[in-house]
Amino acid sequence: MPTRSTDVRTDAPITDTTRLSVDIIDSNRHARLPTLATDRPSATRHESRTPMSRTPTLTRRALGALAAPGLLALSGCGGGSAPTDPTDLRIVDYYSTPADDEAIESTFAACAEQLGLTFRREKVPGDQLIAKVLQMGSSRTMPDILMLDNPDLQQVAASGALVPLEDHGIYTDGFTDQVAELGRYEGTLYGVAPTVNTIALFCNTALLEAAGVAPPTTWDELREAARALTGDGVYGLAFSAIATYEGTWQFLPFMWSNGGDETAIAEPGTTEASALWAEFVAEGTASRGVVNWGQGDVMDQFKAGSAAMVVNGPWNIAGLKADVPDLPWEVVTIPVPTAGDDSVAPLGGEVWTVPVTGDEEKQKNAAALLKLFLSPQNQMAMGTARGTIPGDAAAAEEFAAASPDLSTFVQQVATARSRTAQLGPDWPRTAKAIYTANQQVLVDGTDPARAFAEAARTVD
Amino acid sequence: MTTTASTVPGVPAPVATEGSAPARRRRRGADQALVRYLFVAPAAVYVLAFFGYPIVKNLVMGFQAYDFTTFFTGHAPFIGLENYTATLTDPIFLRALRNTGLFTIGSIIGQFVIGMGLSLYFRRRFPLSGALRSMLLLPWLLPMIASAAVWRWILEQDHGVLNRVLTGIGLIQESIGWLTTSDTALISVIMVNIWLGIPFNVALLYSGLQAIPEELYEAGQLDGATGWKSFRHITLPMLRPVVGVVLLLGVIYTIKVLDLILGLTGGGPANATQTLATRSYEMSFIEFDFGRGAALSNILIVIALLFTVVHLRAGARAAEKG
Repeated sequence: MPTRSTDVRTDAPITDTTRLSVDIIDSNRHARLPTLATDRPSATRHESRTPMSRTPTLTRRALGALAAPGLLALSGCGGGSAPTDPTDLRIVDYYSTPADDEAIESTFAACAEQLGLTFRREKVPGDQLIAKVLQMGSSRTMPDILMLDNPDLQQVAASGALVPLEDHGIYTDGFTDQVAELGRYEGTLYGVAPTVNTIALFCNTALLEAAGVAPPTTWDELREAARALTGDGVYGLAFSAIATYEGTWQFLPFMWSNGGDETAIAEPGTTEASALWAEFVAEGTASRGVVNWGQGDVMDQFKAGSAAMVVNGPWNIAGLKADVPDLPWEVVTIPVPTAGDDSVAPLGGEVWTVPVTGDEEKQKNAAALLKLFLSPQNQMAMGTARGTIPGDAAAAEEFAAASPDLSTFVQQVATARSRTAQLGPDWPRTAKAIYTANQQVLVDGTDPARAFAEAARTVD
Repeated sequence: MTTTASTVPGVPAPVATEGSAPARRRRRGADQALVRYLFVAPAAVYVLAFFGYPIVKNLVMGFQAYDFTTFFTGHAPFIGLENYTATLTDPIFLRALRNTGLFTIGSIIGQFVIGMGLSLYFRRRFPLSGALRSMLLLPWLLPMIASAAVWRWILEQDHGVLNRVLTGIGLIQESIGWLTTSDTALISVIMVNIWLGIPFNVALLYSGLQAIPEELYEAGQLDGATGWKSFRHITLPMLRPVVGVVLLLGVIYTIKVLDLILGLTGGGPANATQTLATRSYEMSFIEFDFGRGAALSNILIVIALLFTVVHLRAGARAAEKG
């Protein structure tokens, strides 16, 4: 570990400007990195900024920042590849919060011991993982096992950087189809998610009782509940409509449950969902602030009692319990347009992959380690420790019985969909078109049909 | 550089008096040249590696299809001007260009006027003036991300301090969505950037003011130039070179501000605060289209260079006039 962490630091002087910038924009990307949404120690990384930041050196820094991609490639050229012990594997992931870190580390440790392998884990800050993957790709220093946030798998797999897992005996038997789909690119399995997550509706039961409303199940009930709960400094509903992938991630349950489809976003299924969001903001049952809130901000509103119902995910439950232990809450699936519809939410979570390193034996060992790591028992253990839902269908059922807090999420996961199932590597473009259109609707009051027709043109 | 090299210790001065003097002089001349180059080499290598290479690389990338896959395959085919045409026809481009212009002009005017006012104010010595002046440096001392986060709270619509104060004193009836409505987001970002830029303006203008000899003002007073007149006819002309530098550097810093905007609004809402710099960043690091991102940042570099050329020209003309 120590050597590895210095390795990370060596490119700091070169890409400092880049890195800083990456931090900022990516701190808005929690939708793709749900597990890190709340407890990322972002402030500490910026302390290296000196008071000189606006002195004349900036002219040069400006040029440096503009030329960042070049530097990114350049900084990747340092790592030599000396022949190493094939049983010693290098693992890269972004689990740095104590609960996640401990669960992943101990599971790998147990599996490695069983197989007689050793491993070194390299923990990259979540928002820097993709930049790190690009660096490692260009310098041919990919690790033996790599974790990716699931929407990123498509692009990495499309680059030919990953090993097809079925060649190494890793299959997704027993997984629900949607979870298995998370790791597939053009029908080939490149990654497997041991546990997954999704989003649902958190309700402040004290406020709901006071207003005399039950947790909503349909859009009409949601509208009424939001109206009844709004007032006296409290908004009925909060969600994240921020101009990042996170805003799209939170919009998908409304869009998909209404029959919206990411391959044709100008259709009514999508525009009606956008109109619903606009209605909340226009009526004042949701704050105008939603266009600038990330999911962490939304949860803060819930904790502060400023929002009675919020769309959020299980990764924030630990923080919720710790910060406001007295706040009574429950979680229900995201309301659907009409009673009886399926509530379809997006699947979140990280997939584990074996990158192409050119060392056949190591790849084989890595696959063996990964296979053991992904067993249903381990899924169960990691899911329990991290508040995420096992990908294996049987394990998920068992899990729901054991953790009632999360049973709604288990239910929501069962009908949840992968964001990249239809569009593959093109998903990010559409995701961007969706959040851009929603911003126009919520901020500028553009008609949803017009905003999404325009958005659809940008992805053609 | 020449003078430095010829007075380097250990290199004897050419005082040959006997023998084949010309030959020795020639050899010594070659040695000296080598020494000179060796002294220049580290700086040259540094500049080439850290400034030359990135710029050339960025220029080249602007003509390549340089995307996610390129990092793994090394394959980045040349596609001519495609990145530039795509960038220039991007629907957000004009908006970003306009925002960049408004952001730069607004920030510079605000920073300069307030900075000048404060410098003039602090020119007079009064109790605690030193302490107050050093407090002005505060925005400079804070990490920009921290400042941006705090400003986001201040400008927050429902619970932000600014709206609370404004409603409290009865200036506004309803909360303003400073960062969440298209009309005010750019103004808010400019306001914060002005706050951030004041220390820089004050520091340079104040030291410029210190350099103006007191006698000029005394002489001016005798001729009846006081108050506005002394500012107009003594302070401003004497401060001209400093003002030029402040404005030029201000433009260059402001035109490419990225972290502040990303920290406050991320370019939103609905692209209301999208500038060329944030758009270029977005293309490269969100859309992973490094070729287009590079093309746009090249356009930005050219714009910044234009200002530098204008400044240098103006400087040269002023020097000619003496």
